[in-house]
Amino acid sequence: MKKLLSGNEALALGAYHAGIKVAAAYPGTPSTEILENLAGCDGVYAEWSTNEKVAMEVALGACYTGVRAMASMKHVGLNVAGDPFMAAASTGVDGGLVVVSADDPGMHSSQNEQDNRHYARLAKIPLLEPGDSQEAYDIMSHAFDISEEFDTPVMVRTTTRVAHSKSVVEATGSRKEFKKQPDFCYNPTKYIMLPAHGRMRHPLMEERLGKLAAYADSFPLNQIVIGDRRLGIVSSGVAYQYARQVFPEASFLKLTLSYPLPPELLKRFAATVDRLLVIEELDPFLEENIRILGLEVTGKKIFPITGELSPDVIQQAAVKAGLLAAPARKKTQAAPQLPGRPPLLCPGCPHSGIYFVLSSLGQRSSLPGKPKRPPKLIITGDIGCYTLGANPPLSALDTCACMGAGIGQALGMKRAGLAEKVIAVIGDSTFLHSGITGLVNAVYNQGQITIIILDNRTTAMTGHQEHPGTGVTAQGQETTAVDLAQLARSIGAEDVKVIDAFDIKALRAGVKDSLDNPQLSVIIVRGNCAVRLPKRSHPRVIDQDKCNKCGLCLLIGCPAIRKEDESISIDITLCAGDACGICQQVCPQQAIAPSGDEVKK
Amino acid sequence: MDKLDLLITGIGGQGIIAASDIVAQAALVSGYDVKKTDSLGMAQRGGSVVSHIRLAPKVWSPLVKTGEADVMLALEKLEAARWSRYLKPGGVAIVNNLAIPPLAVSLGGAVYPQDEEITNIIKQHTDRLYVTDGSRLAAELGNARALNSLMLGCLSVFTPFAEDTLKECIAQRLPAKVVELNLAAFDCGRQQIEAVVNIGKD
Repeated sequence: MKKLLSGNEALALGAYHAGIKVAAAYPGTPSTEILENLAGCDGVYAEWSTNEKVAMEVALGACYTGVRAMASMKHVGLNVAGDPFMAAASTGVDGGLVVVSADDPGMHSSQNEQDNRHYARLAKIPLLEPGDSQEAYDIMSHAFDISEEFDTPVMVRTTTRVAHSKSVVEATGSRKEFKKQPDFCYNPTKYIMLPAHGRMRHPLMEERLGKLAAYADSFPLNQIVIGDRRLGIVSSGVAYQYARQVFPEASFLKLTLSYPLPPELLKRFAATVDRLLVIEELDPFLEENIRILGLEVTGKKIFPITGELSPDVIQQAAVKAGLLAAPARKKTQAAPQLPGRPPLLCPGCPHSGIYFVLSSLGQRSSLPGKPKRPPKLIITGDIGCYTLGANPPLSALDTCACMGAGIGQALGMKRAGLAEKVIAVIGDSTFLHSGITGLVNAVYNQGQITIIILDNRTTAMTGHQEHPGTGVTAQGQETTAVDLAQLARSIGAEDVKVIDAFDIKALRAGVKDSLDNPQLSVIIVRGNCAVRLPKRSHPRVIDQDKCNKCGLCLLIGCPAIRKEDESISIDITLCAGDACGICQQVCPQQAIAPSGDEVKK
Repeated sequence: MDKLDLLITGIGGQGIIAASDIVAQAALVSGYDVKKTDSLGMAQRGGSVVSHIRLAPKVWSPLVKTGEADVMLALEKLEAARWSRYLKPGGVAIVNNLAIPPLAVSLGGAVYPQDEEITNIIKQHTDRLYVTDGSRLAAELGNARALNSLMLGCLSVFTPFAEDTLKECIAQRLPAKVVELNLAAFDCGRQQIEAVVNIGKD
């Protein structure tokens, strides 16, 4: 039966049909839904791991027992998982091991657009790239088969446009059942990576790569499509879909197993066309590897190396290079600058109050018309919904490098001799992911910093996944919840406060107190994510007679508070009401009060 | 018409993803190849959202090319202006008469364009602009959140498959308790457009 599936749903279904037994992941856009879909499948153990490194290790251990296993993550997650990932490439597998890397060209929701195909080459393992949901489904059974046949982890690389687009899938298979019980075979030279054993594995990896290249030549999803022989286009992933649309007449070599490259197939294709062109997103990965085969090829001279491709981008580049005639189109005036609509912290967000306090205590934002003053506080941060606090009007972040980075950065700044107070903010899920080691380090090295854990009781940005602090597993089972305050104290932090995220007075007093403490301090700011509010009651309203239009409430950055035609009002359909009340607490005129109407969500 | 390139745009939380899922499902059951993609960014709520849907006997790219969309449904006016460059000459723009000012406007850093300016931007790409008071009509029917179904009713005048297919897909996708309201909104939207469009011309 034909169904509409997203790329991530199709990968999960493909893995399920391929007989996957263990799946591990840490949420990360655009990879999250792969594990979410597997979590609901019978006969599959699926877990949210504390981070990608652990997820990789769980999957690796599982495959050592002969079952099929998968770790899925976003592209930067593979940086975190890099160590076990490289080790897996050395040891090889027993049961099939697939690593899904979901890249994000165009940085729809990431801090960079690194091209993770390089990781396949670095690790000397095969790389498969689906271009739509059908291919995502089809690829999975091949991925596990290749893994077992060649004793190697297999990397499946998707991109946002594959992972999150929906297209038609004809799921031809059904779940493959393996009768064999999990069994770990003692094999020290394979599984214990001592230098002596590693030296034995390396030549085997090189040999494996050679065999894989020969296999790629006959891999059924690497296909030549003969059209006009004047132009031969090599492409993979979603770039192939775009290229087929823009060049309907050309000849194509579609690569699905794109590393190692199929040398004979490429040479045969190059010989049948006049000119060889590569269309690929981000780095010249295929292009450079094709050039190494001694073939003449053009790619990044024509098509951009930065950003996401699209049919528009490919067409414009091709027109500029003289490959296509310019389309006849009516000239339109240059589009006027329209106001942007960037993502915001939601109405009722538990991060708004603490950011408002940090912003005002640190002199980081000012009322409209008031002069800007030099900031008194440095705030290091990292990845999560709370990164949005960097935007005006809160402007409450100075750094965002990667998951967990803020704590180490804060310590580094203080140890460098920075005079200002430094605060590191980090989410609950991110703290468990990679903040704990930073806190251990800061306690051990006696950092004079304040660490604020923004505890909204979920992994919010990726769509509300459970984590070790929530007490619920990926498959909905109740489990031990890690107590963040107890954890911080057990590490050795003495000044640990837990403060209600919606109590502005307590937040202000708590932050001031911690900043005055010459020792390391930890503040856990706790409040449920607004998206999960069960009920919204008593939305706040502004008494226009009392309001003197000072604009202080606008500095919260709440999307429900608007200024139109010189009057400030609250959109009651957006306001979180009693669950929040931050604006009511900050208004110097006491002009904001609960409305009488109960508005239910 | 054996293909449709469609854009649905508006603000996060207006039900755009649900609407585009419904159109894609209707295309699938009508025997088309179909691909859809939503640009979400980091937005959970309140950000600009645009969904591309392409259906034809065979679809390659999920992204519509600039200047090639047959129809654009805009659930908010500023977003209509922002994405109208995707419309082909003579394409159909159906715009909900609703302004939601972005935060930058509230903070005084930007100005929300006047209706005339928005109309001028869209009319650079097409003359077939239909404005509907969808939010108000949906609210009158019972809930402004049925706006997305009302807009699908507007769209149904231009789809290459039967309106009943769309209605069946709405009924399958939405929770049972809101189906009746959403189907009423759908009919209301369709009537709006039928009143101004000579369907035979398409």
